[in-house]
Amino acid sequence: MGALSLSQVTKAFGKTEVIKGVDLTVNDGEFCVFVGPSGCGKSTLLRMIAGLEDVSGGDVMLDGVRINDLAPAKRELAMVFQTYALYPHLTVRENMGLALKQAGEPKAKIDASIARAAGMLALDPYLDRRPAELSGGQRQRVAIGRAIVRTPKLFLFDEPLSNLDAALRVATRIEIARLHRELGATMIYVTHDQVEAMTLADKIVVLRAGRVEQVGAPMELYNNPANTFVAGFIGSPQMNFLKSAAVGQQGETTGIRPEHLTIARDAGQIAGQVSHVEKLGGETLVYVRAEPHGLLTVRLFGEHDFAVDEAVWLTPDATRAFHFDANGARLR
Amino acid sequence: MSQSRSHTGRTIAAHAVLLTYTLIALFPVFVIVINSFKSRKAIFADPLALPMPENFDAVGYTTVLQQGHVVQYFANSLIVTVASLFFVLLFGAMAAFALSEYRFKGNMLMGLYLALGIMIPIRLGTVAILQMMVAAGLVNTRTALILVYTAQGLPLAVFILSEFMKTISDDLKNAGRIDGLSEYRIFFTLVLPLIRPAMATVAVFTMIPIWNDLWFPLILAPSEATKTITLGSQVFIGQFVTNWNAVLAALSLAIIPVLALYLIFSRQLISGITAGAVK
Repeated sequence: MGALSLSQVTKAFGKTEVIKGVDLTVNDGEFCVFVGPSGCGKSTLLRMIAGLEDVSGGDVMLDGVRINDLAPAKRELAMVFQTYALYPHLTVRENMGLALKQAGEPKAKIDASIARAAGMLALDPYLDRRPAELSGGQRQRVAIGRAIVRTPKLFLFDEPLSNLDAALRVATRIEIARLHRELGATMIYVTHDQVEAMTLADKIVVLRAGRVEQVGAPMELYNNPANTFVAGFIGSPQMNFLKSAAVGQQGETTGIRPEHLTIARDAGQIAGQVSHVEKLGGETLVYVRAEPHGLLTVRLFGEHDFAVDEAVWLTPDATRAFHFDANGARLR
Repeated sequence: MSQSRSHTGRTIAAHAVLLTYTLIALFPVFVIVINSFKSRKAIFADPLALPMPENFDAVGYTTVLQQGHVVQYFANSLIVTVASLFFVLLFGAMAAFALSEYRFKGNMLMGLYLALGIMIPIRLGTVAILQMMVAAGLVNTRTALILVYTAQGLPLAVFILSEFMKTISDDLKNAGRIDGLSEYRIFFTLVLPLIRPAMATVAVFTMIPIWNDLWFPLILAPSEATKTITLGSQVFIGQFVTNWNAVLAALSLAIIPVLALYLIFSRQLISGITAGAVK
């Protein structure tokens, strides 16, 4: 159980409106990711669902019950924070058991829940340590364990991987995906990293300036973006935006992903000059300055040699191009 | 090489300045302590001489300790100081938590109002305070002193602690809220331990003026039963004759408790248990 629905939810701090009427449904067992640039309101929205921020207007419903005015502890949800937020004076075991203890559960049940969560996250050897004695990755696992112990209807993650280094981030990401499969619980995950969004989500919600820009499955957003903002945000490296008039395409802007541009030394559609080359081993990214479009990215598989300032030609794969009007909306 | 030498030079200069300051600050204390162990004649003959077998005389201490009330004076000072400190820290921290944690109308103004007391000396209100205490029947009680000192210490405590409270991670408090802790539990079990160093700073700044104060004990609680040690020492200073041995001995003794309290708090100043709470 754990179906969440938001209808016309708004949030204002004084006169500034930061969430401008969000409608959203998250089904039971779904992994939903809120993604957007900093300041888009994704964390605020999560905090409103958690009950840590007041809702200025609209309804927040969990399993058909309006929870707008319910205290955070009564909402049957658990939250994992970016800064871990472990209680420094308690051991790992006490950290994980605190919520159940507060709820007045019997000790045997608390111990069983802790044992189960610790087993899932390989935390058994650390149960009697304090947070200060753990590494960053272990602390975040404890924070996730603390959430699991409560068997909540809804898991909330607020940028849980941002404080971890790159290798740990990948490992923890995989762990979270595994937990979602094992627990089958509804999870809402906030991140500004589109890679995390693409790899974890069943459903991605792209937010900009307090509004939902598009909702959909990762591949749906990748293959069918509704506007230039979503097109530019989803996919890495970012989509190239060409001036349609200069390449004989319809609309104001033509979007083409870096993997759908071909590069050649002798002939092609767009003339340009190599400005930078990034060799990653498996793939090579070539940045080409081409007027009037600006800097374009070409993604090539394998190793390729291009010299800086070399003259090259680019050709977009017209069948994979997206067309947008002057306001950025998709033309279909 | 040259850099490391100039670094050493700077260290020496810094230590020279600090040592000079320490010597100047400690000199009066030192003179009081050494003279408290000398005979009256020796004090006047050579105030800077160290106590030696030929000029040693503990008459000051015997006078002070035989004066039956001295223990009572010490107890009064300790009770008043510790109780005031407790209330200053408790109410100061609670007010600071409210000011830094909750958004409400007039939050800023309230903070400014509470900090105003730093700029206005409480002694300006002595007459009004005395009238109030008389009306409340609190003259010659330790309660009167505790109330006045709590009021005197709160502005600085609120000011310093609210700045520190703002640095505590919101995530930690929010985690507590989601786990079902009450606001009081969040304050006492999560926030207070993290601002211990700040509390210790406030405690030291608050404690010393209270312990040393002569003004309010003299005006509000001069009775034999409620005299503090600073006031009590004054019995040895007469208009015509002053028992210097006793005065110096009483002052030397008065240093000990405040020194002990300081040592307790300064240990807190150094330790920080923030590590591990948040990244």
